Amino acid sequence: MNTILLLTIGKEIDFQESFVRILTDWGLTAGVAKAIWLPIPMILVIVLATLLALVATWLERKISAAAQQRIGPEYIGPQGILVPVADVVKLVFKETTVPRQADHLLFTLGPILVIVPIFLSFLIIPFGQQLIISNIGIGIFLWIALSSIVPIGALMAGYASNNKYSLLGGLRSAAQSISYEVPLALSVLAVVMMSDSLSTIDIVAQQSSQGILSWNIWRQPIGVVIFWIAALAEAERLPFDLPEAEEELVAGYQTEYGGIRFMLFYASSYLNLVLSSLIFAILYLGGWSFPLPVELLASWLGVSDTAVWLQPIVFSVGMIATLFKAYLMIFVAILLRWTVPRVRIDQLLNLGWKFLLPISLLNLLLTALFKLMVPILFG
Amino acid sequence: MNLAEGVQLVSGGILAVMMIVTALGVVLLSNIVYSAFLLGGVFISISGLYILLNADFVAAAQILIYVGAVNVLILFAIMLVNKREDFKEIPGRWIRNASTGVVCAGLFALLGTMVLVTPWSVDSTSPAVIENTIVEIGKHFFSDFLLPFELASVLLLMAMVGAIILARRDLIPESMPRQETISTSLTLPERPRELTSIGATSGEEN
Repeated sequence: MNTILLLTIGKEIDFQESFVRILTDWGLTAGVAKAIWLPIPMILVIVLATLLALVATWLERKISAAAQQRIGPEYIGPQGILVPVADVVKLVFKETTVPRQADHLLFTLGPILVIVPIFLSFLIIPFGQQLIISNIGIGIFLWIALSSIVPIGALMAGYASNNKYSLLGGLRSAAQSISYEVPLALSVLAVVMMSDSLSTIDIVAQQSSQGILSWNIWRQPIGVVIFWIAALAEAERLPFDLPEAEEELVAGYQTEYGGIRFMLFYASSYLNLVLSSLIFAILYLGGWSFPLPVELLASWLGVSDTAVWLQPIVFSVGMIATLFKAYLMIFVAILLRWTVPRVRIDQLLNLGWKFLLPISLLNLLLTALFKLMVPILFG
Repeated sequence: MNLAEGVQLVSGGILAVMMIVTALGVVLLSNIVYSAFLLGGVFISISGLYILLNADFVAAAQILIYVGAVNVLILFAIMLVNKREDFKEIPGRWIRNASTGVVCAGLFALLGTMVLVTPWSVDSTSPAVIENTIVEIGKHFFSDFLLPFELASVLLLMAMVGAIILARRDLIPESMPRQETISTSLTLPERPRELTSIGATSGEEN
């Protein structure tokens, strides 16, 4: 990392170019160097996403403990930080069982179909100006499209388990995510309308001019609430965790699962939470931008923009800011989970179709109106 | 041939094979749930082919609409209304199968010759040159494809209004006699279990 940083001092950091240059200096051809580079960011992002999800499970334990005036995990590592690792080790070494009359193939395929689209969605998450796998034009739309595959996995798991609770859980999951996809997409569309682009990089760049004042959260007060409610419902977090409501359905479509297959479901729920929080941070909280523009701070301190050591600092501040905002939203989600009671299925569907959908359409219209009337403020 | 071309060739071949195999599975498998899941596979392979053709927006829209909405609704319908019924053997069933096969082969031949014979006017500009496909699609929608676009949206609006009227029971006149029949078609598609474990606990073993 240090050598790469040193090589690119004084200009925008481009990891791919520097990596390829190092390898070609060693005598490899440019094509081979590029082929070696290609899988590296993908593997890095998968590892990073998994780590973030593991931290989220630890936070869930600690915050739920604090909400119930307990201490929570304490002995496995300092403050129980190694509990997620112990969890993973336990689940990996557990025997994987399949119910005798279950559909073996679909039973295995279900959890895979749930987790793969979520990992793929991390493709569009910018952790910093340059820290994105691919700045594709359809950006945020890819996330909405991929998240619509997940209910198929849930339905598959529910059907294959050959269990009434599982099937009901799968059907609930599909119904829920179909109904909340619409307000989610409409609230994202309002943000997209302001930034004239679906690309996550452009969405953040449009918010970073005036620091905290130009974040979308001030310009989209209705959209923020709709997006967060719909994102919680998509991630099946507690006010909306009907597909796996313990009191009614044992564990929904996960009832018959154990071992590694269960771990895939468990990991995908936390990955989904991390993903939703990251996208919330990107859409509404200015992504990697610091509450005060870093360039402004630098000019106050009398540092020139082209200073050699400034780029790495801007870079790390951006990454820390993204993760901090995302974990702030994860904290809110966990707090909601341990303080808010679950809604009923009819309340859930009524809320989605009769309340969130009209309000999000109204929000879209208002955004279009303000964009036409006050183009300075609204992109 | 460089790396990118090789990857495109290989993935194009894989996607084409995947699409044909899953499509055959949809038609030929007797278990309707498998057919529905394989239909999702067909849609995903089509979207992969769109990506290879540089149509990224169409690919994502394909996944969102066909996999995320159409296929989920099909599965939903199958799982909610799953009438498990053993059909009787029909004598002379092979005649039906054979005639269906002939009709399908004829359709395939017709469409195949149509594709080969039609002088397609191929746009020589490579789609890879287009910077932002969404902007281009939007421009076409509001210029030369305005009428089809508006007609399609009116059609969808009509379908939506119709669905809402069908779903709102209070709009249907009450005059027709109501008869609440409990039909078995709404049972959940759980396969019957042998009740061995219950028998064992109540002491009827052996």
